Amino acid sequence: MSGQKINHILHQKLNIPICFSETTLQKVHKIIAHYPEGKQKSALIPLLHIAQEELGGYLSVDVMDYIADLLKIQPIEVYEVATFYSQYYLDKVGKYVIEVCRTGPCAICGGEDIQDYLEEKLHIKDGETTADGLFTLKTVECLGACGYAPVMQINTEFYEHLTPAKIDIILEDLRLNATNDKHSDKTWAEKYS
Amino acid sequence: MGRKILLENSDIPNIKSFDVFRAHGGYFSVEKALKTMAPDEIIEEVKKSGLRGRGGAGFPTGLKWTFLDRKSNKPRYLVCNGDESEPGTFKDRYLMEKLPHLLIEGMICSSFALGVNTAYIYIRGEFKYLLGILNQAINEAYKNGFLGKNILGTNFSLDMYVHPGAGAYICGEETALLESLEGKRGNPRIKPPFPAVVGLYDCPTVVNNVETLANVGYIVNFGGDAYASIGLGKSTGTKLISACGNINNPGVYEIELGMSVEDFIYKEEFCGGIKDKLELKAVVPGGSSVPIVPKELILFTASGEKRLMTYESLAEGGFESGTMLGSGGFIVYDENACIVRNTWNFSRFYHHESCGQCSPCREGTGWMEKILWRIEHGHGNMKDIDLLVSIADKIEGNTICPLGDAAAWPVASAIRHFREDFIFHVQYPEIVKNIKHGALYKYENQD
Ligand SMILES: Cc1cc2nc3c(=O)[nH]c(=O)nc-3n(C[C@H](O)[C@H](O)[C@H](O)COP(=O)(O)O)c2cc1C
Ligand code: FES
Repeated sequence: MSGQKINHILHQKLNIPICFSETTLQKVHKIIAHYPEGKQKSALIPLLHIAQEELGGYLSVDVMDYIADLLKIQPIEVYEVATFYSQYYLDKVGKYVIEVCRTGPCAICGGEDIQDYLEEKLHIKDGETTADGLFTLKTVECLGACGYAPVMQINTEFYEHLTPAKIDIILEDLRLNATNDKHSDKTWAEKYS
Repeated sequence: MGRKILLENSDIPNIKSFDVFRAHGGYFSVEKALKTMAPDEIIEEVKKSGLRGRGGAGFPTGLKWTFLDRKSNKPRYLVCNGDESEPGTFKDRYLMEKLPHLLIEGMICSSFALGVNTAYIYIRGEFKYLLGILNQAINEAYKNGFLGKNILGTNFSLDMYVHPGAGAYICGEETALLESLEGKRGNPRIKPPFPAVVGLYDCPTVVNNVETLANVGYIVNFGGDAYASIGLGKSTGTKLISACGNINNPGVYEIELGMSVEDFIYKEEFCGGIKDKLELKAVVPGGSSVPIVPKELILFTASGEKRLMTYESLAEGGFESGTMLGSGGFIVYDENACIVRNTWNFSRFYHHESCGQCSPCREGTGWMEKILWRIEHGHGNMKDIDLLVSIADKIEGNTICPLGDAAAWPVASAIRHFREDFIFHVQYPEIVKNIKHGALYKYENQD
């Protein structure tokens, strides 16, 4: 289940109109078609990834209700799933979510120091976001990259063989790029072309 | 010794692309299967090959396939398990990243054998980058007539899709995976019924690991006997081992089953020995869920024979002195590693990942984590050690899925083999509190 301090309390519904863009909607319908007739609920997990990425960075109740509507399922079915999986956020997070692996194989190769170093450098603790809204720090369990330890992901991109010096460079790069809003990696929807 | 089945071509430039893969003999097995073999013949060859599930349990693949309910009129499904979340394991992502077409090829042959027309590849959500790689490979396969309607002009049709998870170790358990694929929380189902009878959308379903399915192309091409001639005894074929921890060459290795553990740890072409010339302390050879064993018992069995990289040899001695090949996540600990800290770390992992359905697992993993935390941080007492053993004992076998066992074994085995370390932690809290666990200084100059 999901990481510690991530807020699992659903926020109040604001009733703001929400909709995917036309291009994304086309992708969405393509994804729904991957599953048999009547089993459109199967598309829930990929759709929540796309929604989180394209509709505000986290899953607000309004966003989740929109997805429920789209898939013709009950809102509670979406909340159940959104609260179970660790990659979904129910609350605002920073532009860059830094997820540091804390599990055994990384830990014995310096993973704990990486976490300490990031906390020191960003002046935040596990689960917190920097005041400028740029970085959220979150410890996660094994990322399936143990041979390249210590490891972290930033918005699902892998960073491996970490050292303090490398982290300095990575953070500096992200700060510089934060304004031009370019993702180096493709979005979830783009991965479906 | 040393033959390769899966990674033979992995270093060929652009082997990821359909054209290069095809130019090196790729998809030949699909032509052979669809045009010259009956589905049952393929199942027969897979049975003969002795191939065993590479996801961790090592169940014979051919036998599993015969359980698939072929009498019902429902559609049948093949689901590839690419959840790969077992700490220490990172082989499937390597295979999917380097050789996506090898997996697709194996899945087409398997689907044909099983009478499946829709197949899914479930990958963990953290492997978002693989979604693009796999989707591109699948698109290429469609374009070249290896997927879709009437493949190669036969009346066999197959659609294949990739489905991402969203962060949950439990979704690697096959029934939790099916729940997740249906768009639900990853709560494992009670078995029986097994997925082979009531699986995805209540239809007959085979769930196999990535590496298992990637082997099927070879078996179709060269026959079950050829496959069985590789390896040792009942451990046929090769195995991908993902080696990590305090070794010189962490990485993914394809080994022929049967080589000695000692060679695997110390030979330059494999792990290359222990980092910084330190001594070996312990090994977890099959992912975090299998018992940890000390140096003496990983290199030699209790009866003094060389321990080999096979299902049988690693398990020899049972829980007293053996361990398991599991998923092939090979974690090596040097003399400075703190076993108590590692056990606490793993307990936290299982507590965090327990789905919460079964009380023994949900509560037991939490208590183990708490008690191990206090021992590791210098607040333990002697009774805690046996209390841990008793909790582990009460979880084991009392849960819907084997996550409970997986959480209990690391604790029980750590105490069995390293009890003195736990006692030391209780006896000398002041020393324990002041131990620095960081290892970063070692990596400062590495690239
Ligand atoms: C908690 C838990 C986690 C598991 N994780 C994985 C996994 O990540 N990948 C995998 O292939 N099998 C995993 N398994 C094993 C699967 O349940 C199943 O046995 C396997 O996918 C069957 O494929 P195979 O026979 O080809 O090994 C896990 C089992 C349990 C109990
Ligand atoms: S333990 Fe960190 S990636 Fe596996």
